[in-house]
This record gives sequence, C-alpha cells and structure tokens, in this order.
Amino acid sequence: MDLGKFFGDTILTTRMKDLVNWGRKYSLWPMPYGTACCAIEFMGAVSAMHDISRFGAEVVRFSPRQSDLLLVMGTINYKQAPVLKKIYEQMCEPKWVVAVGACASSGGFYDNYSVIQGIDEVIPVHVYVPGCPPRPEQIMDAVIKIQKMIDPKGALD
Amino acid sequence: MTVAEILKKEFPESFISEHHDYGDETVFIQKSNIVTVMRFLKYDARTSFEQLLDLCGVDYQGETPRFEVVYHLYSLSKKKRLRIRVKVDETDLKINTIIPVWEIADWFEREAWDMYGIYFEGHPNLKRLLTWEGFVGHPLRKDYPVNKRQPIPEPLDIV
Repeated sequence: MDLGKFFGDTILTTRMKDLVNWGRKYSLWPMPYGTACCAIEFMGAVSAMHDISRFGAEVVRFSPRQSDLLLVMGTINYKQAPVLKKIYEQMCEPKWVVAVGACASSGGFYDNYSVIQGIDEVIPVHVYVPGCPPRPEQIMDAVIKIQKMIDPKGALD
Repeated sequence: MTVAEILKKEFPESFISEHHDYGDETVFIQKSNIVTVMRFLKYDARTSFEQLLDLCGVDYQGETPRFEVVYHLYSLSKKKRLRIRVKVDETDLKINTIIPVWEIADWFEREAWDMYGIYFEGHPNLKRLLTWEGFVGHPLRKDYPVNKRQPIPEPLDIV
C-alpha cells in the first residue's frame, strides 16, 4: 500500500537514529565549568547579543547529571583536576567536552608547578577553542562543531 | 627611643642589626630566641605590636644562611609597623613556632613550610597548605625546576 497516498503530507518518514541525533544536536545542555574569564565570555554567548539558544544550547545546567556538554572555561590546576574528573564521570553518556580558551587547552601562560597543561591530561576533549579569552562567536563555533560531530554518529548503535 | 633601640637594649645577645628607611623599621634577630623576642614585642607597653600582619619565607639561593623568615608586625595602639627578619640555614631548617604568641601564625607557617620547607618546631598541625597531598618538594625554592610536573591527584571518595 502506498502510505504516502494514504496519509498525504501529514507524516514524515526517517530512521530512528537520525531522529534521535537530530534531537540531540539541537538540544545540547551545557554544564559550565567556569574558573576564569572565559566563563564571562560564555555569559556573553548565552545572553541576548549572541544568543546561543539559536543553536538550542541555552539550557545551562549546573548539575552534571542533567547535561551532556561540558564546557571547561578557565585555568585548571592540579588540586581541581580530581574534581573536574569526577564531574565528567558523573555526566551521562553520550557526552562531549569543549576546552574553552588557552588555559583549558594548554595551560596558557601558567607554565608552572600548580597548573594542568591542558585538561586533556585528565579527561577527553572533543573541541579546543583558542583565545585568551575567546570571543563568544568562537564558543558558538565550538557548539556548531560539536553538532557536526553528533550528526553522522549513530545514537542507538 | 625606636623599637630597634629597645630591642638592642633588652636582647643584646639576640639583636644582630637594624636598618630603617622612611619610617620602615627592620630588625634582624637571632633564630634561637625568636619566641621570647616576639612575646616581648607583643606585650611590652613600649612596643605593643598586637598584630602579626604577615609571615613568609624567602629563599636567597647562593647565600649562607640561605633562607629567611620575615615577620610583619603592626601596632594597633601606636599605629606603627615593624619587620623582623630571621636567617635560617639550609642545614638546620628548624625554627620555633610563634603560634603561642599569635595564633594567626598557624596558616602562615604552614604556607612557609609548604613553599620553602622551613620547619616550624612546635606547630600543632604542620601540613601542606596550598599544594596537595602527595606533592614532593617545595615549589617556591629557587632550585625547584620550572618544568617539573607532579602526578595528577585522583578523585577522592566524597560522599
């Protein structure tokens, strides 16, 4: 039977994994782990001027249990590393991590005994954002890159 | 009579030297007698330095004695400041704690221990203050390697 003829344009057909991915892509819930000025730029990215909700990522959750995008914004030192790792582990799968700014990506100019030289020493990172601090546009660019990462992946595989 | 003169008169065997510029008095004191001198400075009516503003370590690498402990005192009643400097040698890093005189010295001394390895004898809880458990060495010493990295601590089981 021709379903198209029967239902007309009232239904769309797709694959389940594409549907789930589509949902995930446009409802990334960020968990801000802000320790420095990069977090201020994130506030700029969320608020009206740049408005990250245009990409569906405006529901900022301060609980790792409710979020799937970890934004590490700022200097992470050795004493914080176990806390960051714990928060990452508390997030439910699937999850993505963005290292925002020079400090989170590489330690920045803090080349000393107390600062982790990039959070990838502790947790996996999907997108690195350069800048000290980066512009809000760059944070949005990172969100778009994450969305592109979600796109081809099978969610239910 | 300046504070330095009082100290010279009261503790001739502990007094080493003094210098002052622009009302900024500094006195070098022998290490062995530090607690007695500090107690005198706090309670004597001529000095009455009620407050310990800061205590810190200094590393003069290449000199002997190598380390120094610097005490900054402030008199609330007289509105006066005083800096006491005590030389501590690398071979004998022990110095008496001044917690019995000023309790605030507790964390300051822990910091100096953490950063320079100056051991404050009689301190009730001389643990590292700023660095973490398992840290090896004293990072503010001039011979601490700039690129040295310590192992990353694991998450604790916090309930």
